[in-house]
Amino acid sequence: MQALTIIAAVNDALMTEMQNDKNIVTFGEDVGVEGGVFRATVNLQKKFGERRCFDSPLAENAIVGTALGMAMGGLRPVVEIQFSGFVYPAFNQIITHVSRMRNRTRGALTAPMVIRMPYSGGIRALELHSESMEALFGHIPGIKVVIPSTPYDTKGLLISAIRDEDPVIFMEPKRLYRAFKQEVPEQAYTIPIGRAGIVQQGSQLTLISYGSQMKEAKEATALLHKDGISAELIDLRTIYPYDKATILESVKKTGRLLVVHEGPQSFGVAAEIIAMTSKDAFEYLEAPPTRLTGADTIFPLPSAEHHYMIHTDQIVKTARQIVRYQP
Amino acid sequence: MFENFDPRDGKRLQLLDENGNLNSEVKDLPLLTDIQVLQAYKTMIITREADEWAVSLNRQGRMPTYPPVKGQEANSIGSLMAVNNDDWFVQAFRELGGLLVRGVPLSMHYLYFLGNEMGSHYEPKKYHVLPISVPISSQLPHAVGLAYAELYKKTNKITLVFNGDGGTSVGDFHESLNFAGVWKAPVIFYVQNNQYAISVPRHHQTASTTIAEKAFGYGFTGVQVDGNDIFAVHAASRIAADHARKGGGPTLIEGFTYRLGAHTTADDPTRYREDEEVKEWKKKDPIIRLEKYVLNKKLITEKQIEKLKKEAKKQAHAAFEEADSFQKESLENTFRYTFKNMPPILEEQLRQRRELERGVN
Repeated sequence: MQALTIIAAVNDALMTEMQNDKNIVTFGEDVGVEGGVFRATVNLQKKFGERRCFDSPLAENAIVGTALGMAMGGLRPVVEIQFSGFVYPAFNQIITHVSRMRNRTRGALTAPMVIRMPYSGGIRALELHSESMEALFGHIPGIKVVIPSTPYDTKGLLISAIRDEDPVIFMEPKRLYRAFKQEVPEQAYTIPIGRAGIVQQGSQLTLISYGSQMKEAKEATALLHKDGISAELIDLRTIYPYDKATILESVKKTGRLLVVHEGPQSFGVAAEIIAMTSKDAFEYLEAPPTRLTGADTIFPLPSAEHHYMIHTDQIVKTARQIVRYQP
Repeated sequence: MFENFDPRDGKRLQLLDENGNLNSEVKDLPLLTDIQVLQAYKTMIITREADEWAVSLNRQGRMPTYPPVKGQEANSIGSLMAVNNDDWFVQAFRELGGLLVRGVPLSMHYLYFLGNEMGSHYEPKKYHVLPISVPISSQLPHAVGLAYAELYKKTNKITLVFNGDGGTSVGDFHESLNFAGVWKAPVIFYVQNNQYAISVPRHHQTASTTIAEKAFGYGFTGVQVDGNDIFAVHAASRIAADHARKGGGPTLIEGFTYRLGAHTTADDPTRYREDEEVKEWKKKDPIIRLEKYVLNKKLITEKQIEKLKKEAKKQAHAAFEEADSFQKESLENTFRYTFKNMPPILEEQLRQRRELERGVN
């Protein structure tokens, strides 16, 4: 066992899998010599050579498009988009080809590839470096969207993503990249895509979050328990296909639901979960399912970003209101 | 490579002129053998017949929107004949002739335009073909990626990719040529410059004199060929393929050609081009000049040609009937190929669809 941060777990997962499978290549901007601006790919070029880990020219659309070509040619590319805010030029490739290749060729050609990208705010970054746009990806049929929140899950989920036969968008909570360490096995292991994790058992309220916002969600859960409110905390881990079974089981037990995420509110992940729960657990609900999310505003520059973020006390306050709700 | 045909000097490679005369002065260029010439001619005939039949079926209401190939046949046929059968062939959507060279059944092409995904189910190990790409030029990065994969696996396979003159304005064109140049990827970019992107003429797409000369800015060679001359298309493609296989990297070939028909069956070209212009280009038809050549060289007789055309028509009709009677895609299949394994969310949506379609209340 080794104690790793999330960013080190990304590196460890790549290291482990590239050792196991020589068809894995990884590339992107500054990925080679520098090892990525966050050091996710550090030492990979040294270990596996320039043909397996390299710097590409600076063009996200072609990074994703050439990766798709490599995937169809029998490789397993893992590409890095330096910040999720830079991925928009690549939407053409992701939507018009990557997500559709299996379907449009009726399985003759497939796209086993991973697109990694750091996302989320709170690190006082430049413009377009802080957004949480996972809902955009969740709305594209044919791709999977995964967001880990711990070093252990990061390694297990990234290995699952690399081994997956379909394209996976792997979003990494950069605010938590170096926030804490956790014991991570040195060998390869997988955490299934599509399965949420129950972080804390509870009976009065289901609190669902993922990625960067899990830090505040965990703190809030602990404060609520101290307060005598038994909250069940679920780490969604996969945005699509999300774990409906785990969510429903929990909400049917607690009768109350709060979904917390950093991304904008309208048409977001919480909207989907609440719509689903409102129908499938309708008769179990004791209070209106509620969301606490980023606003439908442009993510502010650093001097005001704290206004955008969801803070622990805000989660606690909202949770208390839900538990106290009287029809 | 192509030293005597630098597009920046206003040179365009032509071997077979409009009257079917083969230029005997050009030395050291790979020429099609007589057997290959006949094969090329036959493929051009079946392509033309199949294409005209599709347009006619559209008018009868039996074929949805279809993009005709007429006039451009030599481009994909000549270049596909210059590469190996296990080299990757990345289509745009006007390369029917190339598909037939590759041995793809004509019925699959019809099936795709009849609106059935099975028309794109090209077994990759059998055909090494990517499906038709409707969005413009976004298939180019795939070709570069495929070329990288083959380079990585040291297979010595190359990739031949097509797009059009309008497609050179798209960012993917720039990005793909740039990546291919940097990676020295074994890829041939074949641009079918048919003079129009739907209604917009070539000079509204780019201010450069030729499309071929753009290659030099990416660190490799470009050449402009007479795209209605199958000898020139084949020779340039063959040289580019050998160059790529030897580790020389990419080449850009501009096939200077003309779309004799409409952009698609939904288009009316009389709105944007003069009859006089079309008439001039009809004289340069790639089939007319090759026909003159094979007759002059006595590779075939008039009678045999007549028979060939009749048979080609029959073949086209049979292929269409086969496609038209192909099983329609099921509700299940519209779900099944979203992912390798259907996630529970999709299974549930499929159940709901089934119930709704059954009219269950």
